[in-house]
Amino acid sequence: MTIDAQLTPKVADTKIADTGSRAAPRKGRRLRAFLRNPTFIAGVAILAFFVLLALFAGVLFPGDPQDMVAQPLLWPGDDPQYPLGTDSLGRDVLAQLVYGTRASLLVGVFSAAIGLAIGMVVGASAGFFGGWTDTLLMRLVELFQTTPTFLLVIVILVIVDPSLPTIAMAIGVSSWPTVARLVRAQFRSLRESDFVMAARSLGYSRLRIIVQEILPNALPPVIVAASVMIANAILTEAGLSFLNMRDPNVLSWGGMIGDGRDQLRNAWFLTALPGAAIALAVLSLNLVGDGLNEILNPRSDQS
Amino acid sequence: MRMGRRIAATLKRTAIHAGPTVLGIIVLDFLFLQLMPGDAADVMAIEAGSATAETMAMMRERFGLDQPMLSQLASFLGHLAQFDLGYSPRFNASVLEIIMARLPNTVLLMLTALSFALLLGIVVGSVMAAWAGRWPDRVLSVVVLLLYSMPGFWVGLMAVVLFSVKLGWLPNDSNMTIGSSFTGWALIADRASHLVLPALALASFFVAVYARLVRASMLEVQRQDFMRTAHAKGLHPLLIQLRHALRNALIPVTTVAGMHLGNLLGGAVVVETLFGWPGMGRLALEAVLARDFSVLLGVLLLSSLLVIVANVVIDLLHAWLDPRIGEA
Repeated sequence: MTIDAQLTPKVADTKIADTGSRAAPRKGRRLRAFLRNPTFIAGVAILAFFVLLALFAGVLFPGDPQDMVAQPLLWPGDDPQYPLGTDSLGRDVLAQLVYGTRASLLVGVFSAAIGLAIGMVVGASAGFFGGWTDTLLMRLVELFQTTPTFLLVIVILVIVDPSLPTIAMAIGVSSWPTVARLVRAQFRSLRESDFVMAARSLGYSRLRIIVQEILPNALPPVIVAASVMIANAILTEAGLSFLNMRDPNVLSWGGMIGDGRDQLRNAWFLTALPGAAIALAVLSLNLVGDGLNEILNPRSDQS
Repeated sequence: MRMGRRIAATLKRTAIHAGPTVLGIIVLDFLFLQLMPGDAADVMAIEAGSATAETMAMMRERFGLDQPMLSQLASFLGHLAQFDLGYSPRFNASVLEIIMARLPNTVLLMLTALSFALLLGIVVGSVMAAWAGRWPDRVLSVVVLLLYSMPGFWVGLMAVVLFSVKLGWLPNDSNMTIGSSFTGWALIADRASHLVLPALALASFFVAVYARLVRASMLEVQRQDFMRTAHAKGLHPLLIQLRHALRNALIPVTTVAGMHLGNLLGGAVVVETLFGWPGMGRLALEAVLARDFSVLLGVLLLSSLLVIVANVVIDLLHAWLDPRIGEA
């Protein structure tokens, strides 16, 4: 215990000393790279806009967005009070769009969090321990990857009735294999590196080596994957709500498309607008992902 | 001769590898479906409007729904070994028959969408790589990124607005004109016109995926030594790009195409429902809503098999593209 306590700061010191000369300026450069990357900035700006909309939906549009407020099927621009028109039930389309931001972002973030958590645990165990653990877990990954994701989500949502939490859970549970593969590859290449050897020789527990030594170094590609996962989750959620597998009490963009589909011939804007909102939200996440990829994995773009 | 050996080796590897996966999928799917609330007898009772407890029990007994779970699984596996996927109480036909009636439509839709996505993706990606960093690349990058972000079914709906509602060029429902009696070319034209919009909707996302991938791998190939050699030999630049660069860039593209096949099938569920396309994806949704487990199980199983078969094809394709792969 005392030896360990004495050694710990030393290891920490040598680690810092080893990379310190490069790490400090690299951090600064990375920050500047973030600020100088137009893709990343554009993505963050659009995303921030959507987050603000989701947070302040109640302030911007007090009252229930599901209430009938005007005559049905007003076209955008017909009435300045409802700039994006009304749907077949006389509900304000703009208010619905703003409230719909919440469902998309919540499902996106939570499903990605679930997917990342499962994927990281499975990937880290498979990559770190190797052997039969690896074989077994990779078989499981293969099993999930061979099953069409969307069908799997639908099956789960038949077992548990669709609501925001269960939709997020279903998408998360079916999206982890990609992360698992990614993390496994990182762990396999990192587990033989010098700093892990050093940690091993000091008798650190496996859990500590996995969580504190390897994981931080394995994160960059996972962070990039996370933004793509949120984007895909939003697309999946839209498809589900379109098929009427949605939380009946929550407004969602996909659900708006599904409702508007009946008016495709006389009021196509009811379908076009929520779809454009989905596209813009997903675009912002893809821009953030592309930007992060250029900054965190600079080699991928140059070689 | 060498090709024959390679094909045999690939098939052997797949058989060893895919066997346990298929078994795992069967058991996993079966467990999933056992967790579902209600069974086919419930739904049929609701649809009939009334049912006594006795008729319900009779239906359950007839379709084996009253057996314990493990014996249901055992009997399912036993039947499966004889290529018998079971009987659908709802459709009143064998599951294999129902699925086989839908499978060709789905395969046609998927192959059309996939070829379309690959073709356009390769062309766009190559153009982007050839003009990397200049305006054609930048403009196309934005277009591709937009396609990458739009839900496929929404692209389909917008295409319906433009091509069916506004222009009246293309039909947007089912896979043929109902009640028509076309023959020869008229039949093919009719089928093709019904295929365009669903295939477009299904392909839109994957066009973007392949274009991005082709651009990246084409740029990567340009740095290889054999490219410099080809230039030094004085080959025509177009020939170099097609025979040397593209051929190598296609390897990651085909790999990813195989990985995305499951997603393509998933996308088909939404697109087939949207366009009333009588395929497996829509069947899956119908089966879910009707709680017809045997049909859903069959669809899931066949989808997975389709993915496995496609990956074998891709393995073989790799062998043709790059003879070095998998030789050891």
